[in-house]
Amino acid sequence: MLETIWFVLWGVLWAVYFMLDGFDLGLGTLMPLLARDDNDRRVIYNAMGPFWDGNEVWLITAGGVTFAAFPTTYAVMFSSLYSALLLILFALILRGVAFEYRGKVDSPGWRRMWDWCLWVGSFLPALLFGVAFANIFQGIPIDGQGVYHGSLFTLLNPYGLLGGILFLGLFCLHGALWLSVKSLGDLRQRAEVMAKRLWLPVVVIAVVFLIATAFATSLWDNYLSSPWLLVLPLLAVAGLLGMRFYMAKDAWWRAWGASCVGIVFCTLFGVGGLYPNLLPSSLDPRFSLTAFNSSSSPLTLKIMLGVALVMVPVVIIYQAVVYKFFSHRIEQKDLDYDEAY
Amino acid sequence: MDVLMLSRLQFAAATFFHFLFVPLTLGLSVLIAIMETLYVKRGDEQYRRMARFWGKIFLINFAIGVVTGITLEFQFGTNWSRYSQYVGDIFGSLLAVEATVAFFLESTFIAVWAFGWDRMSAKAHMICIWLVAIASNVSAYWILSANAWMQHPVGYVMRNGRAELADFLAVITQKFAVLAFLHTVSAGYILAGFFVMGVSAWHLLRKQNREFFLKSFRLALVFALVFAIFEVVQGHLNGSEVAEAQPAKLAAMESHWETQKNAPIYLFSLPDEDYERNLVQIGPIPSALSLLAYHDPDAVVKGLKDFPKDERPPVFLTFLSFKVMVGLGFLFMALTVWGFLIRKRLEDNPLYLKIMLWSIPLPYLAIEFGWMLAEVGRQPWIVYGIMKTKDAVSPIAASQVGISLVAFLLVYGLLGLAAFFLIFKYARKGPDALPGGAAAGEEVAHA
Repeated sequence: MLETIWFVLWGVLWAVYFMLDGFDLGLGTLMPLLARDDNDRRVIYNAMGPFWDGNEVWLITAGGVTFAAFPTTYAVMFSSLYSALLLILFALILRGVAFEYRGKVDSPGWRRMWDWCLWVGSFLPALLFGVAFANIFQGIPIDGQGVYHGSLFTLLNPYGLLGGILFLGLFCLHGALWLSVKSLGDLRQRAEVMAKRLWLPVVVIAVVFLIATAFATSLWDNYLSSPWLLVLPLLAVAGLLGMRFYMAKDAWWRAWGASCVGIVFCTLFGVGGLYPNLLPSSLDPRFSLTAFNSSSSPLTLKIMLGVALVMVPVVIIYQAVVYKFFSHRIEQKDLDYDEAY
Repeated sequence: MDVLMLSRLQFAAATFFHFLFVPLTLGLSVLIAIMETLYVKRGDEQYRRMARFWGKIFLINFAIGVVTGITLEFQFGTNWSRYSQYVGDIFGSLLAVEATVAFFLESTFIAVWAFGWDRMSAKAHMICIWLVAIASNVSAYWILSANAWMQHPVGYVMRNGRAELADFLAVITQKFAVLAFLHTVSAGYILAGFFVMGVSAWHLLRKQNREFFLKSFRLALVFALVFAIFEVVQGHLNGSEVAEAQPAKLAAMESHWETQKNAPIYLFSLPDEDYERNLVQIGPIPSALSLLAYHDPDAVVKGLKDFPKDERPPVFLTFLSFKVMVGLGFLFMALTVWGFLIRKRLEDNPLYLKIMLWSIPLPYLAIEFGWMLAEVGRQPWIVYGIMKTKDAVSPIAASQVGISLVAFLLVYGLLGLAAFFLIFKYARKGPDALPGGAAAGEEVAHA
C-alpha cells in the first residue's frame, strides 16, 4: 500500500514539474520565433523571471523522491540514462545562468550568447525529458544486476523520439499560452497566433503517440484491466480540447490552465499505464524494477510520507500566492526595474 | 583511467565548484537580512542601499550555486548507483527532505525578494530575505546531516542486503551532523564577512562612498569576528569527534605514524607515505595531540602504521588540507581581532585595508581544503566502515564518464569565469549605479 501511494506521488511530482517548468522550457524554445527585437526578448525573460527557479525545484524534488522512495530505481534509471540525463542537467545549468547573467553586461554579443544558452537550455531538456519518459514507458535494456546494455543512441528509437517531439510540442504550446497572458501588444498577438497554430499539430502528435503506445508499450494493459483508470487519458484529452475551446473564446488564462491539465494527465496516463513498473526491462520482465522490488523500507516510506503530506501542500500554497503576486502582464516599467532580467 | 577514478574526479570537480558559491550564499544572505532589518528598525536609508548593492552580487553568486546543486544530487544516481542502492533508504530521504522543506522556500522567495523591491512594504521585503537566509541554512543542515551519515553512520540496520533506516531522529540529530553544520555555516559566515570587508576595503582605499563602505565594513567585521572566534573553538570539538569516529583520519591529519602515549603535535612536519614516516618533523609540542584529541595528555593515539594499508586515507592530501585549513582559521581570527581594535580608524590604516582586500580568496581556500579534508580523509570508505568507495561506483562505461568529466570542466570553467567577471564588475561599480544614484541614500529621511 505504501509503495502504491509513493508510486502515485512519484508520478504526480514529475507531472507537476512538467506542468510548471514546461512553460519555461517551451517559451525558451519559442523565443527566436516570437521575439522581433531585444525588447521582446526581455519581455519573454521577465515573463518567466520570478518563476523558473521555484519551478526547477520540482525537478529536484522529483529526483530526490525517486532516490528516497525507490533507491534502486533511482540508481538504475539515472545510471542507465547517464548521457541523456547529464545533457539535460548541463542544458538546465546554462538556462538558469542565462536568466541571471544576460542583462548584466550591456553588449549585444554577450546577450546573444546567453540567448543561445537559453534556447539550448530550453529545447534540449524539453526534448530529452520526452525521450527519456517514452523509453521508460516502453522499457530499456537492463539486466538482472541493473546494468544497462545500450547507449545514448539506444534511447533515440522511433517511439522515444516521438515522445520527445510530443513533450516539445506540449511545452511550446504551454509556453506560447503563458506569454499570451504575460505580455502586451504585438508580442502578445504573436504568442496567441502561435498557440493557435501549434494546437492542431500537437493534437495530431498526441494521437499518433497514443496509437504508437499501443504497439510499442504495454501501457494500455492497465487501462483494459481497470477501465476506471481511463479517466486519466480522458482528462488529458479534455485538457487538449479545453485549450482550443478557451482560445476560441479569448480566455487565455483558462486556456493555459487547460494546458496544465493536459500536461499533467498526459504524464499521468503514462505513469498509470506503467504501474507497478517504474523501469521496465526490455530484456526480460523479471528484471523490471517495480514500486515493490525497488522501494525503500516501510519506515523510510512512512516518514517521507509524513514530510510530503505536510510540506507539499504548504509549498503549493506559497507558490500559488507568488504566482498570483506576479501574474500581471509585463509592461515597460517592469523592464525598467533595476533587478529585471 | 577507470570509471572509479573518473567518477571520483568528476564528483570532486562538481563539489568543489558548487562549494565555491554556496558559502557566500549562506553568509551573505544573513548579512543582507541584517542590513534590511537595520533599515526597518532604524529607518536609515543607507542600510537599504547596502542591502541592494550587496544583494546584486548575492544574486549573481546565487544563480551558479542553485544550478550546480542539481548535478550533485543527480550524480549519486548517475555515477554512484551501487552506493545509491545500498544506502538510499537513509541518504536519499535526507536529500528529498532538504528539497521539500528548505529548497522550495529558498528558491521561491529569492525571486519574490529580487523582483519585489518596489512591490511590497520594507517589512515584507525584509521577511523575504530572512526566509531565504533561514531556508538556505536549513538546507545546509540537511545536506550536512546526509554527509555526516557517510562520515559516521548511525540509526541503521543491515537488512535485505542494504542499510535500512532504524532511527530517523538518531540520523538527523547525531553530534557529527550538528558539529559539521556549525563548522560549515560558520565558515560561510566568515567567508561572506571577508568578502564584504575586502570589497569595501577596495573602495575605501580609493576614498569612494566612504560612509557606505565603512558601514558595510564594520558590520561585516563584527559578523566575521564572532564566527572566526567561534570557528576556532568549535573546530577543536570537531577534531575530537573525528578522533572518536575516524581515528585513521585523525592520524593522517597529523601524519602520526606510530601508536603512542603522550602523542605530540609537530609545528612543522612533512609526511612521506612511501616509507611510512615524516621526512622532517620540527618543534614537537609534547602530548598536544593526545590532549587535543582525547582531552588527556596520557591518552594513546593510534598511529597510521597500525591501520591496514587499505584502510588508510591518502596521507599527504589529508595532512595538507588539515594544516592549511587550521592555519587559515587562526589567521582569520587574528585579522578580525586586529580589525576590531582599529575599527574606528580603519581609513588611517591603508595597510590593513590592503591586507583585507587581498584576503578575499583565503576563506575560499580554507573551505575547499576543509571539504577536501572531510572527503579525502574518509577514504577508502564512502560510508565509513560500511562501504568502500570502489564498491560504490556505477556499472557504466569509462568513456561515458570521461566525456562528461571533460564537459564538466569546460562548462564549469566557463561559468566560473563569467561569474567571477560579473561579481568583480558589480563589486567595483559601487552603489552609485543603484536606482536613485549616489545622492539618494545619504540624506534622505525614511518616509
